[in-house]
Amino acid sequence: MILSIVHRATGVALYFGTLLLAWWLIAAASGPSAYSYVQGFMGSFLGRLIVFGYTWALLHHLLSGIRHFVWDLGYGFKANEREALTWGALIGGIFLTVLVWIVAYAVGGGR
Amino acid sequence: MSNARAKSMRTPLGRVRNLGAAHSGTGDFWRQRITAVAMTLLIVPVVVVVIMLLGRNQAGAAQILGSIPIAVIMLLFVIASCWHMKIGMQVVIEDYVHNEPLKLVAIMANNFFAVTVALASIYALIKLSTGV
Repeated sequence: MILSIVHRATGVALYFGTLLLAWWLIAAASGPSAYSYVQGFMGSFLGRLIVFGYTWALLHHLLSGIRHFVWDLGYGFKANEREALTWGALIGGIFLTVLVWIVAYAVGGGR
Repeated sequence: MSNARAKSMRTPLGRVRNLGAAHSGTGDFWRQRITAVAMTLLIVPVVVVVIMLLGRNQAGAAQILGSIPIAVIMLLFVIASCWHMKIGMQVVIEDYVHNEPLKLVAIMANNFFAVTVALASIYALIKLSTGV
């Protein structure tokens, strides 16, 4: 029940988060100085926090959205199934976010 | 039966049937699902691309983003996400903004935002691919 508003809130956050994606692509297309400025921001504490939040919002919204697919197809309406889907999206979103960041640091940190 | 509205041979019920509260049918509902499925399929490749780019300088990033398969993955993701977020934000606006003029302004601003973000990202990706 409470998760349906989280789905919406993460959606709204991602809406504004696409500005980060656009900014990063534009900087890559613009040249070295614009790109290193973006990298400097993303590497700062605030930048890392925002990108971490963006990662979680994206992955949570994805899993929560898959939950909606299951409902759209007409399954998962029993009380225990709804609970399982909801907790799955919540825990899965946090788990995947941590996993992606571990892989990111393992792969990207060495470069 | 002499007024302009009566020119159509469709009955009033026939004109509104299947349109629902949005007055425009289920088109946006369906497009939101298509774009959602598209992004579900694209999320793994997109995350892989982003991880490939971490820690690289602009020249390295531009080279990777400029390769055709990666550019196509990113283009598809940008188009699907901007379309999806435009529909999603419109639903949020329609749910919470009940002042009619304000609602129209908000929906217009939403369209401008989504199209601008999409076009700016698409332009950047094409520029990276063509190396101009």
